[in-house]
Amino acid sequence: MENNRFELNKNLAQMLKGGVIMDVTTPEQAKIAEAAGACAVMALERIPADIRAAGGVSRMSDPKMIKGIQNAVSIPVMAKCRIGHFAEAQILQAIEIDYIDESEVLSPADDKYHIDKTKFDVPFVCGAKDLGEALRRINEGASMIRTKGEPGTGDVVQAVRHMRLMQSEIRRIGSMAEDELFDTAKQLQVPYELVQYVHEHKKLPVVNFAAGGVATPADAALMMQLGAEGVFVGSGIFKSGNPEKRAAAIVKAVTNFNDAKLLAELSEDLGEAMVGINEQEIELLMAERGK
Amino acid sequence: MRIAVLALQGAFIEHEQMLERLGVSSLEIRQKRDLESSYDGLIIPGGESTVQGKLVRELGMFEPLKEQIEQGMPVFGTCAGLLLLAKEIENDDRCHFATMDIVAVRNAYGRQLGSFYTEADFANIGKIPMTFIRAPYITKASGNAEVLAAVDEKIVAVKQGNQLVTAFHPELNDNISVHNYFLQMVEENNRRDNK
Repeated sequence: MENNRFELNKNLAQMLKGGVIMDVTTPEQAKIAEAAGACAVMALERIPADIRAAGGVSRMSDPKMIKGIQNAVSIPVMAKCRIGHFAEAQILQAIEIDYIDESEVLSPADDKYHIDKTKFDVPFVCGAKDLGEALRRINEGASMIRTKGEPGTGDVVQAVRHMRLMQSEIRRIGSMAEDELFDTAKQLQVPYELVQYVHEHKKLPVVNFAAGGVATPADAALMMQLGAEGVFVGSGIFKSGNPEKRAAAIVKAVTNFNDAKLLAELSEDLGEAMVGINEQEIELLMAERGK
Repeated sequence: MRIAVLALQGAFIEHEQMLERLGVSSLEIRQKRDLESSYDGLIIPGGESTVQGKLVRELGMFEPLKEQIEQGMPVFGTCAGLLLLAKEIENDDRCHFATMDIVAVRNAYGRQLGSFYTEADFANIGKIPMTFIRAPYITKASGNAEVLAAVDEKIVAVKQGNQLVTAFHPELNDNISVHNYFLQMVEENNRRDNK
């Protein structure tokens, strides 16, 4: 085995498992997130709730701002580029980002093609609503998957829908006869080998996190019990009343997601949660970007 | 024989799978009450040392685990686990169990672009695969700490009494020799206890 970047990049995602990745917009927030037990931070200029409120075109963050966060913490730093915007990704690789999120939260730059992620040395995480999307992104070189959920809403319903759909498709493929896999590969528009991997291992070939709308320790525990290997929390922390306390509580909820008694303690007295908007109330469904 | 795996954050499942392959049962340590079960050795997996170090304290497991290690419980730390056991971390004020006479550097190879795979000699076993992910290395091993492996003149594996650490991740490759090495340490310790 040579120095295989895809393997090494998958391996970094394995180290993040059981952890919480938090959106931060300043070095100060990054330090709060690290102190609260985040296993990585996502550096971005505006958290999804504010992107949603501001409207307009939303792009990769200023590299200077990202570097400020890289210097502030010792944990891995991720950043977002627009779907299909390989030049933004090249820039993020040039500043040695630890993970790039090719994200539907930003305005897509290409309505047909995603980035050819096999051309990069840094790892990519991509969002997916179902198994087909997940495997298509992996085929393009993504070394980590997250549910799309509906970012910036504080409403977990879509993350739940996406995770349940993925898990049930994985179970369905796991129980198929071998000769049925060819047709499934055709339907999902993915290579046979990836379907075969899912059939054999009953899981994705890369780590799978929950993202989009997670706002409370209970939300995080719900996603973990549904099969997530860790969670991203975006607007849920720094849009809430007491970010330090809420962040630390979500970290502990992810570690002990099956202990309801502990979850009850963790859920106590967290101050105000982000207000949130219901999926019926929003006009822009970010999850529909990029398929 | 039963091995406990600290399962607060990181790649603990990979260690459990490795143990299963070797026919050894394992249990996950997620909170204080898990420490009441009986086990013959402890694995501290890779992940983020800041996260594991914080959770182990806040879940009330820091003192009891430190005591177990000091009393001779065989322990094997990979990557973040190495940092949890080191007496000193050059570029970090935080220290954790600090039971091992080693000085480590965190993220010593830089960010993810510095992560790499290589093969190098380990103890008397010969060349084994070594995967380094945002890994630390060891700048100094003192006392009776014994260097088991070095890559480019940097120390990447050390044994001191009941403690074994590697900067790389043997749980990510197919090679079982480092886990076997640890299980031998556990067996020897059990034999000593039974005398």
